[in-house]
Amino acid sequence: MDKFYHSVRLDEELCMGCINCIKRCPTQAIRVRNGKAQINSKFCIDCGECIRVCPHHAKHATYDKLEVLKQYEYTVALPPPSLYSQFNNLDDVNIVLNALLMMGFDDVFEVSAAAELVSEATREYLSENPDKLPAISTACPSVVRLIRVKFPNLIPNLLPLNPPVEVAAILAAQKAMEKTGLDRDKIGIIFISPCPSKVTYVKSPLGTEHSEVNKVLAIKDLYPRLLTCMKAVGDDPPEIGTSGKIGVSWGRSGGEASGLFTEDYLAADGIENVIRVLEDMEDQKFTNLKFVELSACNGGCVGGVLTVENPYVAEVKLKRLRKYMPVARSHMQAGAEELVKWTKEVHYEPVFNLGETMMESFARLNQVERLLKKLPGLDCGSCGAPTCKALAEDIVRGEAVESDCVYFLRDNVHKLAEEVSRLASDIVEGDRDSYEKFKVMTKYIERISDEMTQLDRKEGRKRNDSKGTD
Amino acid sequence: MTDMITFHYRISPDDFTRAGEASSDVKSKLKKMGVTPEAVRKVAIAMYEGEINMVIHAQGGEITVNITTDRIEMILADVGPGIPDIDLAMQAGYSTAPDAVRSLGFGAGMGLPNMKKYSDEMEIDTVIGKGTTIRMMVNI
Repeated sequence: MDKFYHSVRLDEELCMGCINCIKRCPTQAIRVRNGKAQINSKFCIDCGECIRVCPHHAKHATYDKLEVLKQYEYTVALPPPSLYSQFNNLDDVNIVLNALLMMGFDDVFEVSAAAELVSEATREYLSENPDKLPAISTACPSVVRLIRVKFPNLIPNLLPLNPPVEVAAILAAQKAMEKTGLDRDKIGIIFISPCPSKVTYVKSPLGTEHSEVNKVLAIKDLYPRLLTCMKAVGDDPPEIGTSGKIGVSWGRSGGEASGLFTEDYLAADGIENVIRVLEDMEDQKFTNLKFVELSACNGGCVGGVLTVENPYVAEVKLKRLRKYMPVARSHMQAGAEELVKWTKEVHYEPVFNLGETMMESFARLNQVERLLKKLPGLDCGSCGAPTCKALAEDIVRGEAVESDCVYFLRDNVHKLAEEVSRLASDIVEGDRDSYEKFKVMTKYIERISDEMTQLDRKEGRKRNDSKGTD
Repeated sequence: MTDMITFHYRISPDDFTRAGEASSDVKSKLKKMGVTPEAVRKVAIAMYEGEINMVIHAQGGEITVNITTDRIEMILADVGPGIPDIDLAMQAGYSTAPDAVRSLGFGAGMGLPNMKKYSDEMEIDTVIGKGTTIRMMVNI
């Protein structure tokens, strides 16, 4: 699978070419070109910020539909703890789990149960690897992708353990095969995701060769049907849950860290905050930290873009739900340690380099600085790049031109207009080369017209529309 | 083509919220230049420490960064009080930072030692009452 696979996509029909997404994207991966947004697949980390911010709903995440259940003889749902936080007055996760069975799944395997194993493995990793601390959580795929492209110095700090969803998938598949005797390809391991980032993980995982998750559904898609089934399940469902406080807490920011039994941790949520923490970690501003938990979404997984509840309300609901749970209910079985560990290293992808070689990048950095002196420095976004600096970098990479800047174009038009008026007055005064000058003047007028057309196009107006209003 | 790119940064005094802006700007430029992660790390740490020192001890100043394809030179010039005893100042844990600054988590006495540790060359030129200029070099 493509190492820059993405689940966040653009619907061109709906895109109006506004600048909301380009301004919000934390890795400056989006440009508006020819009136439509384009996502640079090398820069994008599938955090979903653009989906959140697009007023026209032109960004969406790709995921599977419930009908995929029909493709398998036996299906296992993997509900994440963030799913439990989406319902009012939920006191018992078994209501959700039984409702999933009623919806058509043959079995459920809680991601929070696998999370308790990952917590156990993390505690062991922290005590055995004091030289590699602070360890950075690898549960949020967007954070791992961000570090892979932007923070090469922190790659050695990545916790080399599979995220709970992967561990859950491996165990669920084993269990289903033992129980049914079916071949692996007849069994569908289906994750119910709070975010596009996990869809990306399943298609193109980091830390492992391939994911055992077969399909990914979205919480928001399942939500209405799940609610109906939950009502039908009633208040006293059979007990099938296998996780406790530690596992369920993973759904919110700080939850993963709270299962490590150490105070020496930092938990940051929201992609901007995550970036600030990573920058500071790189400058060694923190000392004595053992663990760093980072979630791209506000509030943690409960804030995922495929959830329905407000992340902070969801967090409260999760807290309430876990109140009377035992600390942990799933424990590492002998031999399971290996399932939790990464089997593949993560390597730095220097996608933000300005050139192919250092010499070229150096020369281009120089050009960027010169261009920045010419550009207006307003970061208006009209060129389709989020900042003047980003435009300058696009220009040196050969992906944009100076005249993409409306101010640059306007200046040009003004200069040409002045030139035309100077030539006109020369002609009026009966200059000997009047004919030649007249020809030059005509050329200039044509150029003014061309550049005005370019400006119109940038402002989203079609040539015909502006003619119509003349 | 020019073989050296120069950046100037003015460091404002007593503004901790802005301390570190210059070093993080240089860091992002070096990353885009494809400099090795190790060299980026050295420059980022050495320059950040220097920048913080200028804010704490010297009412700000100016940092000049000269980048070539084989080395990064950082010149940190201030018109602060100067360093009376360089050997003492170079000792790990020695600090003259005021309590107010320490309460912010700075002043651990690792500034100059870290600058020395993370740069490949370092020269200190200081005159009491006039100011200090520190030149650090990191090879790429």
